[in-house]
Amino acid sequence: MADITAPAYRTIPIIPALKPGAMEGKGPFIANDKHQEALGFPGQLVDDWHDKAIAKMGDLLGKFRSLRVYMDACVHCGACSDKCHYFIGTQDPKNMPVARQDLMRSIYRRYFTFAGKYFPWLVGARDLTREVLDEWYNYYHQCSECRRCSVFCPYGIDTAEITMAAREVLASVGLGQKYSNEIIAKVHKIGNNLGLPEPALVDTLEGLEEDVKEDTGLDIKFPVDVKGAEVLLITPSADFFAEPHIDGLIGYAKVFHASGTSWTLSSMASEGANFGMFIGNYEQLRKIALRIREAALELGVKRIVVGECGHAWRVAYSFWNTLSGVGDGADETDRFAQMLQKQLDHRYKQPTHICEFTWDLIQRDALKFDKSKNDQFVITMHDSCNVARGSRMGDLPGGQFEIPRNIIKAVANNFVEMDPNTTHERTFCCGGGGGLLTDDLMELRVKGALPRMEVLNQAVEEHGVNYMAAICAICKTQFSKIMPVYGFDRRMVGGVHQLVSNAIILGDK
Amino acid sequence: MSVLFAILFYLATLLFVVGLLSRISLYARTPAPLKIPTTPAPTTKTGVVFRLTREVVFFESLFKANLWTWAMGWLFHASLLLVTLRHLRYFTDPVWGWVAFIQPFGIYAGITMLLGLCGLWVRRLFVERIRYISTPSDHLWLVLLIVIAVSGLLMQFVSHTDVVGVKTYFLGLLSFDIGTLPADGLLLLHLFLVFALLALFPLSKLLHAPGVFFSPTRNQTDNPREHRHLSAWAGKLESEK
Repeated sequence: MADITAPAYRTIPIIPALKPGAMEGKGPFIANDKHQEALGFPGQLVDDWHDKAIAKMGDLLGKFRSLRVYMDACVHCGACSDKCHYFIGTQDPKNMPVARQDLMRSIYRRYFTFAGKYFPWLVGARDLTREVLDEWYNYYHQCSECRRCSVFCPYGIDTAEITMAAREVLASVGLGQKYSNEIIAKVHKIGNNLGLPEPALVDTLEGLEEDVKEDTGLDIKFPVDVKGAEVLLITPSADFFAEPHIDGLIGYAKVFHASGTSWTLSSMASEGANFGMFIGNYEQLRKIALRIREAALELGVKRIVVGECGHAWRVAYSFWNTLSGVGDGADETDRFAQMLQKQLDHRYKQPTHICEFTWDLIQRDALKFDKSKNDQFVITMHDSCNVARGSRMGDLPGGQFEIPRNIIKAVANNFVEMDPNTTHERTFCCGGGGGLLTDDLMELRVKGALPRMEVLNQAVEEHGVNYMAAICAICKTQFSKIMPVYGFDRRMVGGVHQLVSNAIILGDK
Repeated sequence: MSVLFAILFYLATLLFVVGLLSRISLYARTPAPLKIPTTPAPTTKTGVVFRLTREVVFFESLFKANLWTWAMGWLFHASLLLVTLRHLRYFTDPVWGWVAFIQPFGIYAGITMLLGLCGLWVRRLFVERIRYISTPSDHLWLVLLIVIAVSGLLMQFVSHTDVVGVKTYFLGLLSFDIGTLPADGLLLLHLFLVFALLALFPLSKLLHAPGVFFSPTRNQTDNPREHRHLSAWAGKLESEK
C-alpha cells in the first residue's frame, strides 16, 4: 500500500495517451484447489484446458443472447474507448472496453466464425494459447463490471457480460479468482461473506444495541431470526461491523424503530452480496439468491428490504424474481415462485430498497428530522454503478438517482452535485467493484479511482464538499481505503442512512 | 461478362438473405436468461420501441459518447440509406413516385456518404486509441465502401454509364432473364464490390445492423419486479429440485 501513489489529476477531460503493457501481469491471486473445488470447479488448470475452454465458450454462446450478439456486433467505432475508469487510471490500452472485449472476440472469431477460421489475420482472430489464457485472467480481472461502457455503445454492448463469461470460462478450466471464490465458499458454509457465524453475529448486534442505547437512550433492536416479523432485511455483511457501513445499519434500525416496523435479519442469509454475479456463474448466482428465498419462507416475512449495497441491489432488483421468485407477477402455474409470492405483501414492491422504504415514510410524513444535525457536512452523491445502470427505485426510470438524493435533501441542508458527466447513469465506478475489492489489486484500485477522485476534488475546491454519500458497501470500503492515498480523509465517504441516522428524531412516538 | 455478373448477383443476394436470416434466427433463438437493460430504461414495451428507434435513427448512445464519431457515422449511414433507396429506380418500372422524388437528394447523398466515410477513416488512422483497436478488416470495409461510393459518383458526375442499359439488365435479372450488361469498367467495379458487400455482410461486423435489435441492454423492458422473467434452461434448474 505504502508504495502505491496516486496518479496526478488530469485537467479534465483529457483522454490519456496509451501505455501498452502498463498493467500486464497485475491480476489478482489465483484461487487454490480448495477454493476452486468448494464451488465445483477443477482445482487447477486442467490438462485439456484448450478444448474445455472452447467448449465452455460454445455453451455460454448458446445460453446467453447478450454474449452471442455482443461477440458479433462490435464495429470498433471506439465510442467506449475512453469511458472506462481503469483505462483512464492505468492508460493500458487493453483496459479500453473494446480492447478488453476483443481479448475474447479474437478467440470467438477464430473458433466460431468463417472469417476467423480461414482469414484470421484479416479480422484479428488468434489461437487460444496459454498466453492468451493468462491475458484473459489478467485483464478480465481489471474490469469491475460497472457497465459504464454500455451506456455509450451504439449497440449497447455490455463489457460486464463478456467479463462474466470470460471469468466463467477461466474458472471452469481451473483458473478461478481467489478473492471471489473464497468468499462464495464462506457464504455457503457460514451464511455471509465475512465468515461471521451466528453466535458472533448475535453478539455483534447485541453490542450494537448497547452502543445505540448509550447514544440515544432508546431500546433500538437489531433482531435476528424473528419468525413472523414483517420485514426481512438483507444487507451486506460489512454493515455489521465495518466503518462507515455500520452507521448505515444503525440508520436502518432507527427508521424501522421510528416507523414501528417489525423486522428481522436472518442468520442463514446474513449477506446481501452475491459474488456469483461477479464470477459470471449462473448456478452460483442462483444458489446464493436461493438462501434468501429460504430465509423468507422460513421466517414467514411479508416484505424483503435490501440495505445499501450496489451489486446486491442489482441482483435483488433485476435478478431475484428470476432466480428465486422474490417479486411479483409469476404465472399461476409457476409453483416455485407462487409459493413465495403468495406469502409476500404486494402492496409494496418486492424487493424494496431501504431508500425506497425510508423515502416512502418521509413522503407520508411518518419520520421527523432535525436537519441541522447534518449541518457540518457539505454533501455530494456518488452514484454506485450497479444501482445506477443495473436497477431502479420507485416507479419511474431514474428513481435510483432521485430517491437517495431526495432523502439526503430531507435530512440535511447542504447538498451539491458533482460534474454531471460523472454522476447518474454516467457515474464512475469507485474502482473496487466486480470482485476486485482485494488487497492484491491495490494498484488497480488506486488508479481506477482516479476519475472519481478528480471530480470529487473539483467539488471540494468549488463547494467545500466534505461528505460523499454512497449506497454501496464496496464503494464505502474502497473509498475509505484509497481516499487517504489521494489526500482525503477516509471518513469523507458514508452512507445515505448514516445521514438519516444523524438527523432522525426518535420521540416517544 | 453479363452471365458472370448475373451469377454473382444471384449468389450474393442468396448469401445475403440466407446468411442474414439464419443469423437473425440464431439471435432470436438464443435465450436471454436475465434482465439486463442498461438503466434508466423504459418500463413499457412502447418505451422500448421508442428507445430502439432513437438508437437506430439518431444513434443516441453514440451521440452521448463522441460527437465526431457520431457526426461522421450518422452522416454516412443516413446518406447510405438515401443512396440505397435512390437505387431502387434501377429495379422498378415504372419508378415509384417517392423514389423519383428523392433522386436529387440521393445523388448528393453520395457525396456526403463519401465525406462521412473519409471522416471515419481519418479517425481510424489518426486517433491513437482507434488505430490500436482496428483490425485490417476494419480498414478494408471502409476502403470497400469508399471505392463503391467513388465509382458511383464517377459514373454520375464524370464518366456516365449507360443507365438505361443497366436498368434493363437488372429488370431482366429480376425475372430470371439475363440480358446484356453495359461493358463499363467503373460499373463492373461498382457492382462487383456491392455484391461482395452483400455476400460478406452476414459473416462480418456488419451484423451490428440486426444485432442492435437483439441487444438485451437496449431491448428489454425494465419491469423485473413486476413480471417473472424465466428462460427455458433456467426454468429447468427449478424442476430439478
